[in-house]
Amino acid sequence: MSYITELDALSLGRAIASGEIRTTEATEEYLKSIEEQDGTYNCYVTVDGDRAMEAAKEIQARIDKGELSDSPLAGVPVAIKDNMCTEGLLTTCSSRILYNFVPTYESTAVRKLRNAGAVILGKTNMDEFAMGSTTETSYFGPTRNPADPEHVPGGSSGGSAAAVAAGECAYALGSDTGGSIRQPASYCGVVGIKPTYGTVSRYGLIAYGSSLDQIGPLTRNVSDAAAVLTAISGHDDKDSTSVDMPAKDYTQALKKDVKDIKIGIPKDYFGEGLDHEVAASVRAAADVLKAAGATVEEFDLSLVNYAIPAYYTIAAAEASSNLERFDGIKYGYRTEDFAGLHNMYKKSRSEGFGAEVKRRIMLGSFVLSSGYYDAYYLKALKVKALIKKAFDDAFAKYDIILGPVAPTTAPKLGESLSDPIKMYLGDIYTISVNLAGLPGISVPCGTSTDGLPIGVQLLADCFNEEKLLRTAFTYEQTK
Amino acid sequence: MANIISDETIEYVGILAKLELSDEEKEAAKSDMGRMLDYIDMLGELDTSDVEPMSHAFPVQNVFREDVVTGTDIRDQILANAPEEKDGMFVVPKTFD
Repeated sequence: MSYITELDALSLGRAIASGEIRTTEATEEYLKSIEEQDGTYNCYVTVDGDRAMEAAKEIQARIDKGELSDSPLAGVPVAIKDNMCTEGLLTTCSSRILYNFVPTYESTAVRKLRNAGAVILGKTNMDEFAMGSTTETSYFGPTRNPADPEHVPGGSSGGSAAAVAAGECAYALGSDTGGSIRQPASYCGVVGIKPTYGTVSRYGLIAYGSSLDQIGPLTRNVSDAAAVLTAISGHDDKDSTSVDMPAKDYTQALKKDVKDIKIGIPKDYFGEGLDHEVAASVRAAADVLKAAGATVEEFDLSLVNYAIPAYYTIAAAEASSNLERFDGIKYGYRTEDFAGLHNMYKKSRSEGFGAEVKRRIMLGSFVLSSGYYDAYYLKALKVKALIKKAFDDAFAKYDIILGPVAPTTAPKLGESLSDPIKMYLGDIYTISVNLAGLPGISVPCGTSTDGLPIGVQLLADCFNEEKLLRTAFTYEQTK
Repeated sequence: MANIISDETIEYVGILAKLELSDEEKEAAKSDMGRMLDYIDMLGELDTSDVEPMSHAFPVQNVFREDVVTGTDIRDQILANAPEEKDGMFVVPKTFD
């Protein structure tokens, strides 16, 4: 890492605004960093070097004219998870079925970053169609954790988290349906936020679970995360689930003050299956906040174990519907030998999708099918309502819920895919947050004895990102 | 209660999902789905008799816009992604006899 790639996003933004560093220099340093390291880590599916340099030149010219002075991220290089459409730039969802897909339009979150003067370095690796927790289901090979390359970076935004951790970008965008920003953030030792559902437009995000997906930042610190969230959030006519509320500047929340904050720690989170070092590290984080003036107490959250089957039913059902569009007709992979239309559909999809994706599509098709819809899908939606209610009750008493992000640190490569249900159980702390639409942040809180990062998760009630960021910032600045 | 997934069920699911599985994949699918459904059966432990199914955590309703075209003509860019293209049209297998 050079001194430029060691700067966090906002510090780099300030150095560019003051003229101390040129955008072209910053982009060059990052492209060099990628060239030197990505052979090892495999964070990127596509590196868009030439266009990144062109964009850097254009943005520098605009800055020289006095433009973009109100944009703290102007000129700062970013990596985008490969499930967000980038106009003219290959977008694959790390799947064979989109191996050659070049979008004709841009996702709103990316467009907003471009308008803010961001330089897009490329597209990062992920679990195929965001289905996975280790980035091992990618068609383009796994990404390795920069903390220890024998271990996974987490998933599904593993490429983005690893790129931030390795200094292959100043910050990144990820997406989170069941923990896919927060868990890799925890495993790689970076900050990740999943905003309240509806805060960031999903237009251009290739859908996995439409009622659960949200785009969010992966950054080196909480301040960067607040700045990126400010840049990408806001109502969008093109996403009918995006919430119509006034734009917020989340950086206003970055204050060291938790005296009014009541933190609840779910007792049910600290049972069997939680690694001792993770538990100790997370409890220590709670102690830091207590010493800083917050009230901390334990409580019963309930329904924790039911979140996983509810989530997998709902997510698989929505995925089976969302992935029907991949049929080899208008774009993407089409099989070469086929006998008729239906055979073409089946072969293209069977050859184009990986095993985990096929597994979830089949489960989803089954739970939505006639005769099973009520017993499985509707039942899961009722449990979702119960889970939301449990959180509503909790947030009537507490401002923040604190707990682990994952039961362990990052597993070794190759250990997770053979037992899907065991893998799904690892989502226990993150999944209910998507079901209830809540905002959640993962902040680094320690390292295990074998050198792997540990994160602490903070949750707030819907649309309370300010409390979340203030608490996270206070922890980060105090620990 | 074990969910035994029959060959017929896998065939049926294959039709719904437009997926074609090899014999090995079918066996693996029967076993995987059976295990997943066993796990999902856990939801039966909860009393949801008075609960309405909730799709969205806070529903936003009747989000409409005016029926006005705002895009531009990007036919060539769209066709550039086509697996097969001819005369400005997608070439597809015959859809009817």
